[in-house]
Amino acid sequence: MATLQTDFTLPLRAFALELALDVSRTVALVGPSGAGKTSVLRVVAGLVEPERGRICLDGERWLDTARGFSLPPERRRVGLVFQDYALFPHLSVRANVAFGAQGRPVDALLERFRIRHLAAAHPRELSGGERQRVALARALARDPAVLLLDEPLAALDTHTKAEVRHELAELLRELELPALLVTHDYEDAAALADEVGVLVDGRLRQFGSPAELVARPQDAFVASFTGANLLRGRARRGEGALTAIRLESGEDLYSVDEAEGDVGVVVYPWEVSVARRHAPDADSALNVVRGQVGSLVEVANRVRVRVGPLTAEVTAASAARLELAAGGVAYATFKATGTRLVPL
Amino acid sequence: MAIFARVSPGQLVAQLSRPVVTDALLVSLKTSAIAQALVLLLGTPAAYLLATRRFRGRSLAVVLVELPLVLPPAVAGIGLIAAFGRLGLLGGTLDALGVQLGLTQAAVVIAVAYVASPFYVRQAIAAFEAVDPNLVAASRTLGAGRARTFFRVVLPLARRGLAAGEALSFARGLGEFGATIMFAGSLQGVTETLPVAIYQEFNRNFTTALAMSALLVVVSGALLVALRLTLQWQPSRPTSRFLFAPSR
Repeated sequence: MATLQTDFTLPLRAFALELALDVSRTVALVGPSGAGKTSVLRVVAGLVEPERGRICLDGERWLDTARGFSLPPERRRVGLVFQDYALFPHLSVRANVAFGAQGRPVDALLERFRIRHLAAAHPRELSGGERQRVALARALARDPAVLLLDEPLAALDTHTKAEVRHELAELLRELELPALLVTHDYEDAAALADEVGVLVDGRLRQFGSPAELVARPQDAFVASFTGANLLRGRARRGEGALTAIRLESGEDLYSVDEAEGDVGVVVYPWEVSVARRHAPDADSALNVVRGQVGSLVEVANRVRVRVGPLTAEVTAASAARLELAAGGVAYATFKATGTRLVPL
Repeated sequence: MAIFARVSPGQLVAQLSRPVVTDALLVSLKTSAIAQALVLLLGTPAAYLLATRRFRGRSLAVVLVELPLVLPPAVAGIGLIAAFGRLGLLGGTLDALGVQLGLTQAAVVIAVAYVASPFYVRQAIAAFEAVDPNLVAASRTLGAGRARTFFRVVLPLARRGLAAGEALSFARGLGEFGATIMFAGSLQGVTETLPVAIYQEFNRNFTTALAMSALLVVVSGALLVALRLTLQWQPSRPTSRFLFAPSR
């Protein structure tokens, strides 16, 4: 598989985007809005000229500011799917897909993306999911060497999103192209990409596989961005090999991570159990937080329960068995081995 | 309406076959056609640049383009004489090249193009600015260079605005009087356009002036109707069938 190498600096309004990244499989850049994610794609596509940088695809040079070289966008072989899809409103679905096909037949693509029956329709007549499929087909018809996806799932409603996410993951696996996608949703990134980079204020905070990011979040931002609970406290050496953390609320928690001073306590919702009663003698979990049950949100077959400051994820069956209801008191427990400490 | 009420339609039509009328009509149509071709050819790229680029002096350029809009036609005429006349700014250069503009049909064309151009260019800038830059970017990443992108994406999307501007510009150019009579004079069959002929005939044969006025009213009115139809026109598409398709 080819490798896209990028290394550039682009001054933006509030900060400079600085990125060095090799893309050979699917890489997702996640970050809050305004982190410079879309700008990364525009630089790679050649729509924005960075102040300094080099971009090449294997041996093919796309940009080298040191030599004053920059390939125009039409000659960089990228398939860019815009966040709002940017379909040509004056052209039919077929003409949209054929736009960059340079005369190659597009019927196979229309078939593959299940839009053949829409070939004569215009973009404004399509649903969100259909538009996305047209945008993907159009980008691939150009025969790209690199695929760039800008928030590929953001414009879809929740119902459509789950299905499209699945299809997109499959497509990316099949294509075997270097793909760079940006999203503000960590779950989307984890579902679609082999490697995830967390981009904040124009810089990569952490880069790794989705599993690595969750197992060892480097700082409080990465932790909370990847969906973890984040509690603040003060760490000191506890008994044994454990670190004890005194929370602002006065409760003590324990972790196997070593730390001292102000720390963030990180625990993922699926590591947290919920109980109606606390039985210290019948539970291996060291950490207990007592709190009022807040919201209960069903997500697919699970329920996200808010207990005091923590979010726990339990099965729908467990939630029903415990008769959890907002306003009641519950205990959230989690093991010291599942409790990460990060610098604040 | 009063124009039509004064003399019978038969008399009006009879007047239209007089040489002074046919000559003026021909001059008007010919000069208008050439002037509008110039406006389209030069105005379109200028408008696109002004709409899509931000550069120093852009505001000044926009003001210069729009200036004829607010200038009294007589002032525009004096300005053209000062620029292109035999003793004008560029007169010497043109003279050396063997070009004499004053009192020729070329002078009419310049006067008409100068006065009518802002109507097109203003609209064209607005139409180009309304084209989503992401569509232009999409076209580029799909392998289309600047020229192909312009003709296949920008122009089709801006076409209605351009047509509206061109219709207004044409109407304004057809009615051009002040700058034309000052810069190009009124030689029948050469520089005497319909509005100029109306002014001349007004002193000699009022009915003829009336007939020519009626002609201009009809042409301008037809133009406005055509413009309205263009703006309402939608390419035929399958309707309703997909409009409310559920998202799947």
